[in-house]
Amino acid sequence: MLPRIERRRELDHRMFYLSPVLAVALTIVTGFLLFLAMGYDPLQGVFHFFVSPLLSGYGLAELGLKAGPLILIGVGLALGFRANVWNIGAEGQLTMGAVAGGGIALALWGVDGFWVLPLMCLAGILGGMAYAAIPAFLKARFDVNEILTSLMLTYVATLFLSMLVYGPWRDPMGFNFPQSRMFTESAILPVVLAGTRLHLGVIVALLVAVTGWVLMTRTIIGFQIRVVGQAPAAAAFAGFSRTRMIWLTLMTSGGLAGLAGLFEVAGPIGQLIPVITPGYGFTAIIVAFLGRLNPLGIIPAGLIMALSYIGGENAQVEVGTPQAMTGVFQGMLLFFLLASDFLVRYRIRLQAPGTPAAARAEAPAE
Amino acid sequence: MATAMNGGDGAVATPRLELRGISKKFPGVLANDRVSLSVAPGEIHALLGENGAGKSTLVKMIYGVLHPDAGEMFWHGEPVTVPDPHTARKLGIGLIFQHFSLFEAMTVLENIALGVDDATDMKSLAQRVRDVSRAYGLPLDPHREVHTLSVGERQRIEIVRCLLQSPQLLIMDEPTSVLTPQEVERLFETLRQLSKEGVSILYISHKLEEIKALCDRATILRGGRVVAECDPEKETAKSMAQMMIGAELRTLSRRAPRGESREARLKVKGLNLEADHAFGVSLKDIGFAVAPGEIFGIAGVAGNGQTELFEALTGERIAAMPHDVTIDGKPAGRLGAAARRRLGMCSVPEERNGHAAVPEMTLVENFVLSGYRRMKLLRRGFLRADAAAELAGRVVEKFNVKTPGTGASAGSLSGGNLQKYIVGREIVQEPGVLVVSQPTWGVDAGAATAIHQALFTLAEKGTAVVVISQDLDELLTLSDRLAVINLGTLSRSMVTAEASIDEIGLLMGGLHGMTEHQPAHGRKGGAHVA
Repeated sequence: MLPRIERRRELDHRMFYLSPVLAVALTIVTGFLLFLAMGYDPLQGVFHFFVSPLLSGYGLAELGLKAGPLILIGVGLALGFRANVWNIGAEGQLTMGAVAGGGIALALWGVDGFWVLPLMCLAGILGGMAYAAIPAFLKARFDVNEILTSLMLTYVATLFLSMLVYGPWRDPMGFNFPQSRMFTESAILPVVLAGTRLHLGVIVALLVAVTGWVLMTRTIIGFQIRVVGQAPAAAAFAGFSRTRMIWLTLMTSGGLAGLAGLFEVAGPIGQLIPVITPGYGFTAIIVAFLGRLNPLGIIPAGLIMALSYIGGENAQVEVGTPQAMTGVFQGMLLFFLLASDFLVRYRIRLQAPGTPAAARAEAPAE
Repeated sequence: MATAMNGGDGAVATPRLELRGISKKFPGVLANDRVSLSVAPGEIHALLGENGAGKSTLVKMIYGVLHPDAGEMFWHGEPVTVPDPHTARKLGIGLIFQHFSLFEAMTVLENIALGVDDATDMKSLAQRVRDVSRAYGLPLDPHREVHTLSVGERQRIEIVRCLLQSPQLLIMDEPTSVLTPQEVERLFETLRQLSKEGVSILYISHKLEEIKALCDRATILRGGRVVAECDPEKETAKSMAQMMIGAELRTLSRRAPRGESREARLKVKGLNLEADHAFGVSLKDIGFAVAPGEIFGIAGVAGNGQTELFEALTGERIAAMPHDVTIDGKPAGRLGAAARRRLGMCSVPEERNGHAAVPEMTLVENFVLSGYRRMKLLRRGFLRADAAAELAGRVVEKFNVKTPGTGASAGSLSGGNLQKYIVGREIVQEPGVLVVSQPTWGVDAGAATAIHQALFTLAEKGTAVVVISQDLDELLTLSDRLAVINLGTLSRSMVTAEASIDEIGLLMGGLHGMTEHQPAHGRKGGAHVA
């Protein structure tokens, strides 16, 4: 019997949207087995990973804090993915946004003014955009694969940040630690929920998600993005410019990633340090797909992935699991999502290899 | 072995192939409903039906690609099941698809070797290819690379590949749709010779005149059922078409010839365009002009620059000079597709799914695709969903598109219905110039008539229409004047009513001597506005 893979005739839309739910369920079940195999109490493990962070107000605030950047970046990436533009380097754009916006904060250190923060946000957006402009230019002009360029530039960006905080931007009073001065009051994002770290960024992220949804479903720009992604020849027929879509989507995703980076340094961190993100730029790729590349779907997807960060830390404290658990859970989730998506689109059929009719007594079942 | 078989043994010959009560269900449709059919040895049997009537499903079941849900198949009177194409070939069934599956960069011989089940060494295979091609008048050089061959020659590869297996039943799916008249005649001779030698042929076509000329019997399918079996010689093309679509055929109403020499709406002059990929065709010094109300036909065998010409006309590829293409007096050569649409040019590409329409999108969204500018469907960048839905609904109604609603995805419509929708979408935009490529490719007779009528009506209102088609009959019906494209060069334009089929056929086949008697034919084309 040879297994054969066949494309399904019609896409089952219900299954298409159920597939992320299935992936989450499978991740929890597999996580249970994994805890068991590693000798932890599986019930405790699953409880502390997935449930207990949701039981306190502080935990929920932390969830929003971590979901914010994931949603912000995920929405930008989803626009690109819809147009078949694969920006894998959001992590680098995030870093450059933090550098640009953080640079403003350091330059205006001690300056008081309501305009400092907006200026930093603008710089953060422009920093991310400028960094995404490199793969955009290379793709639009020379058809260079943006997956490779954007990914490779990520490592350049993190090294550039290290260079700054180990070198010229290091805090002169900081006992030689590789970190900048703490930002002053007017360069720090206001907290929206007293007693927590939840800052304005999460509200911006929700607004961006809603705007992204309106853009994709109601405007000609969203329409063009979808056509370019689904049927490039039809886009050429309609006269939609592929080059324009490359620039538009990379600028949007780069700018949003840059803003997310600025929110991290102007929010919970409050200064520039060598590592400013636990991989939000990469995790946001999973978020975008988990949210079905739909800006509204990305909101719950961002919350789920945020839970994996918090749950990982929580389980580390409460059950003593290793730190790598977070990555393992995120990886499993992506794996199950891709597998479910594959089975939504294709079916696997067991079928005997061809034999002469004379040799077989009965017709094979369909 | 098969080629030596002879027709009848005894008074009543056992049919070579017999189907009894074959049914096949797909989700939502009964593609074949108790279809029975028999093909005698040496018989040329026509399978006729509209698109979606179940012809391809039936053929795929005979060839083992699909499996029937019910019914029996008999081969020489013995019940058989055909689990896969390999078994079908072993039985002696050969199938020649409408679209060839050949590797362009490989030689004829290598392509044939890939499709032959029993492994043989190349030398003896080459000899067998030569023998078969000589025996059946199918000249073919085994060592030529496929991309250098014409469509007719490519089809010969497929036929030779089939004949090498000594089939007893040859199934041909719309084989003449891409051939020149001369090539069609030649193919028929081969088929008649095969039939004399006892090979049965199941011939699928929608060209009723051909069926009358070639076939001994015809089975007509409609909605998955056999509705009639007839002797094509005793029927008229019209009577068969009526059985096929189950209703009176609308006849085309032709308008009176228009007045002469109004300013041409579309002018093409000295258009050159380099091929953009290895197997593309470069356009050389193309020139013609189309007057208001005129239908201008561009004939030619596939792959002679039609795709490139379509792209150059519509702005999907941009020409070198502004005056290479002029729309209503405005130079458009350097403009893209969107800008040319603004000047009043609409178009219908050959490929429905993925080029003229986005299959996953709804009919409303597909209206927006080409119509949002001319029909003003934007308000400050936002789509006016109501207005788009209303227009899409108007197209569905006016052009009789069968669909559950305008919210259905374009990909869910049958070929003919989607084509009616796409042509209708451009027509309701009241274009000044309409460029249409293969307007009725793979479309059933009813839809084809409707599309032709719509093009006539549009021209009557003063639109200049360009029809690029490989179907010569279609162009003879539609166009006022026509020209032939061959290897990227356009012949002089001829008034259709005075054109000789022989000359057109020769031009299609690439006899350039004919055109050289007309110096600068391309540029002059514009002067003969009918």
